[in-house]
Amino acid sequence: MTEVRTDGGTAVYLYGVARDLDPAALPGTGVAGAPVRGVPAAGLTALVSTVRLEEYGEAALRANLEDLAWLEATARTHHAVVERAARAAPTAPVRIATIYSDDDRVAEVLTSEGGRFAEILDRVAGRTEWGVKAYAAPAPAVQDAPPAEPSSGTAYLRGRQREQRRRADAGRRSAELAGELHAELADGAVASRHHPAQDARLSGRTDVQVLNAAYLLDDDRVEEFLAAAQRAQDRLAGIELEVTGPWPPYSFIEGDR
Amino acid sequence: MSWTGARSPLAGGSPPGGGSANLADLLERILDKGIVIVGDVRVNLLDIELLTIKLRLLVASVDRAKEMGIDWWEHDPSLSSKARRDGVEGGRDRELEEENRRLRERLAALEAGGAGDGAESRKESRS
Repeated sequence: MTEVRTDGGTAVYLYGVARDLDPAALPGTGVAGAPVRGVPAAGLTALVSTVRLEEYGEAALRANLEDLAWLEATARTHHAVVERAARAAPTAPVRIATIYSDDDRVAEVLTSEGGRFAEILDRVAGRTEWGVKAYAAPAPAVQDAPPAEPSSGTAYLRGRQREQRRRADAGRRSAELAGELHAELADGAVASRHHPAQDARLSGRTDVQVLNAAYLLDDDRVEEFLAAAQRAQDRLAGIELEVTGPWPPYSFIEGDR
Repeated sequence: MSWTGARSPLAGGSPPGGGSANLADLLERILDKGIVIVGDVRVNLLDIELLTIKLRLLVASVDRAKEMGIDWWEHDPSLSSKARRDGVEGGRDRELEEENRRLRERLAALEAGGAGDGAESRKESRS
């Protein structure tokens, strides 16, 4: 492994790997305002930009990744570069903060990992990722609510038990609906992945997220998929869909398990 | 139905890129997905406290969801948040996790050598 100097000096930030990318389509500006350029090797193009080790060396990176503002800016730029490339050519995103000492090292990696990149690019070429989240409205309050001041401890506990059962039942119904919805959407997709449910503090919503999934779609089946999502939305009372896309194929880097 | 997408059938949609993507949607893809290859600057993202906390935050509603019987992600091995969370909370677990990671790297290196290509393995197993 090449030794990286951490005093002064520069390194190379890798965003992703593309195939058949027209150099004119190279995304303009990368992290830290540096221009994005392509490093060609093994029939592939690595999207990179030069970064200063002051900011992207090991110690600096460790500290910066703890800084939410820095992290968000870097994540958004990383995404913007990958996304622009992905619109122009099949592109496989690399995980954030993958850094090499110089272009030669990047070329070396393209060559040594070429088979793996090719496999991924074959899988995602002509396809995009779409995200679908479904939210279930909280179950309506029960009609026969227990009295505000229960007559006894037993009555109170029974009331609580009833409330828990009711919530569990409502949850099971939502989960079933989410399952049906997912099956329907997955039908029109090449592959699908579940993401963990997002916390309300991040999703900014109070209703329950019952589905958070990503679907890999053939370009010519996107309209069909979106129409299916719209039909599901019209049919399912109490469920609200949120569709995002097109995304670069982040969630489909790993093969089917 | 709300929409964030370039090809939205509804008016006013915008692609998830640039500044418009929901941060949670973005982070769950950028931090946790993408090809993992070992760079020359070696920082294990799982060692970064903020990232671990953010990833935990992504699934902080797990307990509530489970109470309702929603547990689909548990069948997806890539969603290793539970293992991650356990690793953060227990020092002993963390040691084991670290040892595990080293052993897997060593194994990957040995396997790559045994496969006859002689190249040093640069693949990092996802932990």
